[in-house]
Amino acid sequence: MSEHSTAHGVDDTVAPSGGTVHTGRLADEGGAAPRGAGLMSGPFGRNLGLVVALLVICLVGVFTAGDRFASVDTALTILRLAAVVGVVSIGMTFVITGGGIDLSVGAILALASVWATTFATQTMATDTHWVVMVLVALAVGGACGLVNGILIAYGNVVPFIMTLAMLASARGLAEIISERRSQIVPAPTLRGGGVEGFKDFWSADVLGVPLLVVIFALVSVGGWVLLNRTTFGRRTLAVGGNPEAARLAGINVKRHTAMLYVLVGLCCGLAALMLIGRTSTGSSTHGTLLELDAIAAVVIGGTLLTGGRGTIVGTVIGVLIFSTLSIVFVLNNQDSSTQAVAKGLIIVVAVLLQQRLARRSTST
Amino acid sequence: MRLRTTTSRQQSRRYSGLVVGAVAVLALSACTGSAEDAADDEEGGSGSAPVAAGSNDEEGDTVTIGFSAPAADHGWMAAITNNVRDLAEQYPDIDLQVAEGTNDVSLQISQVETFINDGVDAIVLLPFDGAAMTPVALQAMEAGIPVINVDREFDDPNAARVTVLGDNYGMGVSAGTYICEQAGGDEDVVVAEIAGIDALPLTQDRSQGFEDALSECGLDVDARQAAEFTVESGEEVASQILQSESQIDFLWNHDDDQGIGVLAAIENAGRDEFVMVGGAGSANAMREIQDDSGVLKATVIYPSTQGADGVKLARLLVQQKGVADLVEVEVPRMVQLYAPVVTADNVDDYIDTAFES
Repeated sequence: MSEHSTAHGVDDTVAPSGGTVHTGRLADEGGAAPRGAGLMSGPFGRNLGLVVALLVICLVGVFTAGDRFASVDTALTILRLAAVVGVVSIGMTFVITGGGIDLSVGAILALASVWATTFATQTMATDTHWVVMVLVALAVGGACGLVNGILIAYGNVVPFIMTLAMLASARGLAEIISERRSQIVPAPTLRGGGVEGFKDFWSADVLGVPLLVVIFALVSVGGWVLLNRTTFGRRTLAVGGNPEAARLAGINVKRHTAMLYVLVGLCCGLAALMLIGRTSTGSSTHGTLLELDAIAAVVIGGTLLTGGRGTIVGTVIGVLIFSTLSIVFVLNNQDSSTQAVAKGLIIVVAVLLQQRLARRSTST
Repeated sequence: MRLRTTTSRQQSRRYSGLVVGAVAVLALSACTGSAEDAADDEEGGSGSAPVAAGSNDEEGDTVTIGFSAPAADHGWMAAITNNVRDLAEQYPDIDLQVAEGTNDVSLQISQVETFINDGVDAIVLLPFDGAAMTPVALQAMEAGIPVINVDREFDDPNAARVTVLGDNYGMGVSAGTYICEQAGGDEDVVVAEIAGIDALPLTQDRSQGFEDALSECGLDVDARQAAEFTVESGEEVASQILQSESQIDFLWNHDDDQGIGVLAAIENAGRDEFVMVGGAGSANAMREIQDDSGVLKATVIYPSTQGADGVKLARLLVQQKGVADLVEVEVPRMVQLYAPVVTADNVDDYIDTAFES
């Protein structure tokens, strides 16, 4: 079980071709396949199954709904739906890759959305600059993540338990702050005053692409670079793969673990802002069961729940699979109960397949 | 099993996507064939009158209506969607698109966006959260698609052409007034309240109405807890209230679905010293009232036919008809339904249109 220099930021993320048989626990580009697998190795091979799955669902959409599915508007609808859960899932990918889990993402999102909108609705009403809302949401998300991270890393509380506690308390706090009401960000046009520019900003398009989708894309690319091209990413893989070995290799495992939870917290803060933009409200009911959607997307994307291997590309495709599925179901007049069953089946099948991959990528 | 070596088969990965895709196809095809069971034709609203010549029920141009509602996680909400489906079956000129059941505001917004992309003639929307659905409803209206807002109100009057509401505040008033009558001027009675989901404005309205009506006769709410409209939450909250209040005279429970759990908790606690009033008006609550053997003596109706009424109004709107019994040419902006009290005396009038929990 050598750690193969993943700890020191040596810039060799490509699978080593130096004749070593050990190629385990690297990111996307690490390529779990043995050398000589040709086309099937590398990122393309790793994600081929997911791409095919997405294409199959799209084909189902085209065959059942025809032009109604195959349109730019539908594509944008799917992407807008994917954006909020997508941003959270990117953060979740880091936590799971680092050997943890975060069940509190939905609750943190709710708390951040409520806290930010409070500034626009209750306290300062009309003279709040919307930048204040942005900063507050990110600060709340980051702070919740920091509490999670510190207690998990330095307090040795099991991540599952700690984030479960955060799930309960953050949502409770959101209910207290919002007085259990939806907090509506007033639009300048309606009641006079209002939060200048906030709604306009969030509903804007960049070259025809909704801003929500642009942010999702930026976060995805940023996440990919962070995981695959930086020391931080390399350390995340090392910590998730074998914390003890990572510690011996000179990584500050505790600090790094705490940072991962701060990262996912910040993602929740950003996602909260995106949801405020989408709904013009902050509410303690936002993000209900979001953690399950995020974990599902990460897991079917190919990130190992046991940590040590993560893929941003896989997560993004995972999110797109679920959001495309939702829209195909809507277009076909199908109810959500059937959709839930399909979702469950997809998760199980993906995980079963992934176990075979995982066994293969582990070498002695 | 990190240390096991296996010889790998490349094929498994190559076909993994096909398998996942196949699952999706199977799931889709499994439900496209599901037949609507038209066995129990329990349609809400009035029994469909025979079509008189020249009346509104005469077949007109086909109207495509998109309908979206929260998850049917309790009987009332399930009845909303069932009543809508039943109504659409009666009218050959209604082409109903149902985007069913989600409590995820983001997904519900996407459903409405899909209707807009499709260019439906009208959208009937029962939002999970009225305020959160306002922006997308405005988008639909701006795209020239009339929106009929049902049950949970948007926060902008421009976001809907027609609004169909139950009377939440009125429910509270009806329940409070009934309890005032039963108390007969005694101001020392203990009143308990089990609310629905507290984060929803409709719950706040119900509680406000209840409080206002009670204060008219000098009463107030001595114990209040919020449940979540589900049987499980009703049972849990009711046990807590019964535990903390050794003597209760009146109990108002906002919702008959959670009421099943509330009644179970009352039975488990072996309590029967109080009179209970329900809410929403489910058929099983009404049977309980007919029986007159338990604590449940009355319920306050909150019609589960609102969605169907919304679809009916959407059809009239698109076909440019008005509401027949009004002199006004156009469909009204706002229809608010009444919240009567059902007791053993008048239960027979209402039980036929009640929904099953």
